[in-house]
Amino acid sequence: MSKLLAWVDERLPLTKVWNEHLAEYYAPKNFNFWYYFGSLALLVLVLQIVTGIFLTMHYKPDADKAFASVAYIMRDVPWGWLMRYLHSVGASMFFVVVYLHMFRGLLYGSHRGPRELVWLLGCVIFVALMAEAFMGYLLPWGNMSYWGAQVIISLFGAIPYVGDSLAEWIRGSFVVTDATLNRFFAFHVIAVPLILAGLVFLHLVALHKVGSNNPDGIEIKKNKDANGIPKDGIPFHPYYSVKDLVGVVGFLIIYLSIVFFAPEFFGFFLEKDNFTPANPLQTPVDIVPLWYFTPFYSILRATTEDLMLFVRGLIVIAVIVAFIRTKGLTGRVVSAVVGVAFLVGTFVFVPKFWGVILMGSSLVALFLLPWLDQSPVKSIRYRGWMYKTALTIFAVSFVTLGYLGMHKPNDFSLFLFKNVIWAQACTMAYALFFILMPLYSVWDKTKSEPERVNFK
Amino acid sequence: MAEDHVDKHRRRFLTAVTTGVGAVGGIAAAVPFVVSMTPSARAKAEGAPVRLEIGKLEAGQMLREQWRGQPIFVVNRTKAMLDSLDKDTDLLLDPKSTTDQQPSYADNKYRSIKPEYLVVVGVCTHLGCVPVQKFTMGSDSGLGADWPGGFFCPCHGSKYDLSGRVFKNVPAPLNLQIPPYRFETDTTVVVGENPKGEA
Repeated sequence: MSKLLAWVDERLPLTKVWNEHLAEYYAPKNFNFWYYFGSLALLVLVLQIVTGIFLTMHYKPDADKAFASVAYIMRDVPWGWLMRYLHSVGASMFFVVVYLHMFRGLLYGSHRGPRELVWLLGCVIFVALMAEAFMGYLLPWGNMSYWGAQVIISLFGAIPYVGDSLAEWIRGSFVVTDATLNRFFAFHVIAVPLILAGLVFLHLVALHKVGSNNPDGIEIKKNKDANGIPKDGIPFHPYYSVKDLVGVVGFLIIYLSIVFFAPEFFGFFLEKDNFTPANPLQTPVDIVPLWYFTPFYSILRATTEDLMLFVRGLIVIAVIVAFIRTKGLTGRVVSAVVGVAFLVGTFVFVPKFWGVILMGSSLVALFLLPWLDQSPVKSIRYRGWMYKTALTIFAVSFVTLGYLGMHKPNDFSLFLFKNVIWAQACTMAYALFFILMPLYSVWDKTKSEPERVNFK
Repeated sequence: MAEDHVDKHRRRFLTAVTTGVGAVGGIAAAVPFVVSMTPSARAKAEGAPVRLEIGKLEAGQMLREQWRGQPIFVVNRTKAMLDSLDKDTDLLLDPKSTTDQQPSYADNKYRSIKPEYLVVVGVCTHLGCVPVQKFTMGSDSGLGADWPGGFFCPCHGSKYDLSGRVFKNVPAPLNLQIPPYRFETDTTVVVGENPKGEA
């Protein structure tokens, strides 16, 4: 056996890779609960690919047959229902895991240097994942699939001048049709999964280059023993491979409970309107995207004529923050010019377009986080009240936006005000979390970081 | 290599030229792939004009048809309905239809060629849902006492009047679109073609 291994090692760096990334990859010893979600995201990715392959064996990407082929999978294909529920519940669980994984980053400053590229690659993965989920949702060709796609693709139509041709190009027709379904199938089963796999590979390679962050947000590589091994590091395998197995078991208990006992999850994972076939002449009473898109959908809907005044306010605040935080004339001139251009834009273009801009910005803001956050410490354990308050408001706003996205704008689902007012307030809070960060992350009174990680 | 001397200037130039030509070739090669995603000949054929018989459409009634997969509403408006178009202008975002949502031959108070017949694309300008008809005027409609009759979008609550003009403070930014259409005879409408002599 060892001879065979030696033979392989001479031709393929098997042992070398195993050691570098598992047996001799030294991760901080103080990982906690929040560190389960990275490996769980990888697990769900594999599950989605495997169940997806088996669904593809029976599914037909044809507007006349798609809906029926899904019913066929559910009723006639042996264990087909399991493959489909694993896949549809898996999609929602993917977002649960990824949102928690991202929040962990905000808690412990995992976006900060030297991990900027790990964070950026992660953000791209998130966007790719949204595209993957959106296109997958069209495939069952239910009425909500159809109208959801119609609404989201028409967002591109809001872009001035080129919007209509762009939307036509994406659909391959003047409305969502068979052509759209067919190409979304191609993107969903091969194009985006390939991109995702490549991005995840880069995400991990970048992570292993700089080393994992930890709940104390300090660099364990600063304290090495005589052999050059971080004193606070332990080999990923077996220590964290075994720890993550516990996470996997816990995850599978929850995931499979949903798959077996509540696969539609009360309409949150599979919507009622999607149990009727797509009908271009019959809009569902209320078009609601799946829960993981509702925070962003809320921002889109919140942007009405009334909000534009506040949007202008945000632009002004952003320019002021840039003035305070940049030194030198060039930076200030550039930010002033960009600010004025945006202000003029708020008068030139309709709120519908700005809704798309705000929704896009809410994603772009994540990419900028490593540079907006200028605190001397990384972890929330050593930050002051300002960041803690800001992060709490942000998290509450995000969840509230998600909740409001499932309800009609003019209803009263919360208290006192209409949903749209709450959504507008939360949109502002979301934006200010990022726009004001260069100020409060510096002003915040921080505690001094320890030399070594806290570990009991 | 016989000589050790490397002409770096020449090498840089050749590298730049090769990269440039290669990039042009790469972009040219991408064109067929990008263009293959535009509407196919079949999709375009399905976008061909449709002929609607409206002779049997009674006053106050609406006909739903399909053109390019989009719902087309034809409303035979009564005198009362036409009168409402003058009274509701305060409620509207763009009562004079200044935005380019209609062909020039329908750019008038009624947003139509013949005043009584409204031909409109039944797609909400907010996010593409199909508005429902709410022709009952006043509070019986469930949309308030000042409701002049019109269309209501069930998705996000956008409202349009009986000529498809959008209300103020609703999510939809524009009036409903008027498609290109012409009267072939007094009772036949061709949707998707302009009247003869009109661009």
